[in-house]
Amino acid sequence: MSPAVMQTVTLIPGDGIGPEISSAVMKIFEAAKAPIRWEERNVTAIKGPGGRWMIPPDAKESMDRSKIGLKGPLKTPIAAGHPSMNLLLRKTFDLYANVRPCVSIEGYKTPYTDVNLVTIRENTEGEYSGIEHVIVDGVVQSIKLITEDASRRIAEYAFEYARNNQRTSVTAVHKANIMRMSDGLFLRKCREVAENYKDIKFTEMYLDTVCLNMVQDPTQFDVLVMPNLYGDILSDLCAGLIGGLGVTPSGNIGANGVAIFESVHGTAPDIAGLDMANPTALLLSAVMMLRHMGLHDYGNKIQTACFDTIRDKKVLTKDLGGNSKCSEFTAEICRRIQDMA
Amino acid sequence: KRSPRYGGRHTVTLIPGDGIGPELAHHVRELFRFCCVPVDFEVVNVDSSMASEDDINNAIMAIRRNGVALKGNIETNHNLPPSYKSRNSLLRTTLDLYANVMHCQSLPGVRTRHKNIDIMIIRENTEGEYSSLEHENVPGVVECLKIITKTKSLRIADYAFRAARATGRRRVTAVHKANIMKLADGLFLECCKEVASGYPEISFDSMIVDNTTMQLVSRPQQFDVMVMPNLYGNVVSNVCAGLVGGPGLVPGANYGEDYAVFETGTRNTGKSIANHNTANPTAMLLASCLLLDHVKLHAYASMIRRAILSTITETRLHTADLGGQGSTSEVVQSIMNAVQSTGPQTLSI
Repeated sequence: MSPAVMQTVTLIPGDGIGPEISSAVMKIFEAAKAPIRWEERNVTAIKGPGGRWMIPPDAKESMDRSKIGLKGPLKTPIAAGHPSMNLLLRKTFDLYANVRPCVSIEGYKTPYTDVNLVTIRENTEGEYSGIEHVIVDGVVQSIKLITEDASRRIAEYAFEYARNNQRTSVTAVHKANIMRMSDGLFLRKCREVAENYKDIKFTEMYLDTVCLNMVQDPTQFDVLVMPNLYGDILSDLCAGLIGGLGVTPSGNIGANGVAIFESVHGTAPDIAGLDMANPTALLLSAVMMLRHMGLHDYGNKIQTACFDTIRDKKVLTKDLGGNSKCSEFTAEICRRIQDMA
Repeated sequence: KRSPRYGGRHTVTLIPGDGIGPELAHHVRELFRFCCVPVDFEVVNVDSSMASEDDINNAIMAIRRNGVALKGNIETNHNLPPSYKSRNSLLRTTLDLYANVMHCQSLPGVRTRHKNIDIMIIRENTEGEYSSLEHENVPGVVECLKIITKTKSLRIADYAFRAARATGRRRVTAVHKANIMKLADGLFLECCKEVASGYPEISFDSMIVDNTTMQLVSRPQQFDVMVMPNLYGNVVSNVCAGLVGGPGLVPGANYGEDYAVFETGTRNTGKSIANHNTANPTAMLLASCLLLDHVKLHAYASMIRRAILSTITETRLHTADLGGQGSTSEVVQSIMNAVQSTGPQTLSI
């Protein structure tokens, strides 16, 4: 393979098992000789001038420059006085699209085989606007916000993604029969954008019908686009189909070309530092990142090595049903990559 | 709960609805006639294409009169402006049918990926995200209000625990998203905890909705009774119905203080298969058994239910939704044969 230009990626190892799975990914990338230069940064919230919480300036500077980030799990603070770090990152970089490709992993058996779909979730508004009021004692109102701009933006991303990744259809998931104005607006924007992508098939489906059909036959779905809450639920449902958050990649697309790829599982404090963690989710997210950067060959190589290792069942971490260490699992993947060269 | 009886016969409102509704309603009547069930149906049609709400109001009045109804899904054209409200939703809220109950059980004879599922879903049916309160204050920015009240949350939680106690079930799980919707779902959760304290023999726990769906597709056997607000109820019921075999199998019930309305659990119109004689009648027929139990015609309910469950084990009769090629009428005929074979007991009820 001809030497490619080195590209910088901001690496946020995270908490708990974060550092060890991040180092696993770095080792594997090194074995694959991927042209990535890692710039490690910490994103613990700090109080900026004016008293507003923000991510450390060096982390922001690195991301703004590199545009690409890889992130491990972050601790969610309770009563720490500052908002969740994930929320802060989302707001800082306007990460408007959460993308989760869900593909069945051969060798990691679940009751569902042949799953191959992508959920694209609007990540800035909808039911998670955080606008709630107590109207009178005992009556609470929570506001779901749907805007034309955000709906159009996510729809455009979904169709672009479908086109760039050779996917054949995009389905808008909604409940416009009940939430006529809000989901109706979302749906209208999807329809408008669909007009510019006649090469992609566009369908609409009620959220309940999607849920009903998804658990019976997930193969009928391709790319799904939807507002925040439905996206949250469906993306986790689909992760469950392929084996859970420990094996599911995730990417967040922001404005100005920023993209942050992450593992969506927790920090697993009980096994942190014990070399027991499974780096698959972060590794697959890193593969997603390579593809996003156009480095498909490296991405495919690493993914194949990872899936082959899992399929072989000889060296698996505990959560995958084996009793190997994280370092052993990582070494096995590296060995396969080197054998491929 | 009163139900009109004259000469020992009950009058029940029947709303055929759209799609496969009318043909399924016909089969219910056919089966009831065959079994000599002492129920007379007062049919009220609701034309979903009409802008006027007269039809649905007539239906509501008929239900007030009779106390109980069997209903097909009424289609909602979601491209119409917001002034046209879902007829189904109007019916539920006007009659205050606050509890939607769906019992999802694995059925013998139906092949599914997961076995031994037995979940009772209790969904708040009148508020939450279905409050139909939306406005566009600024062009291009729509606000949709989700309302959670202490009264309705306590009421549905109480329903769930009473139902659990009455059926000898041991665990109630509240499904929510209170980590994000701190006030709204937070209130719902608090109310569930409050009610739980009055039922010490039943264990209570809670689970966030996205984790819930993940758990349902990997290990659904862990759940017993689940209680939740409206929208999550919509998601969870459909996931569970899919897990036990699909929309053609599970009946649903909507209970209020004074009225009860029975229908298929997942409320599908089935427009694409209407009048093809391919719809699975099981869900609607089981719903009619729930109705019979409600009006205390238990012997008829058991007899018909037994016949339905024995027919379901016959794979060669499975309709398309179960992967077979059987027709609706064949299934109904088989159920009638099964009833007949239970012998002369039919006459002595």
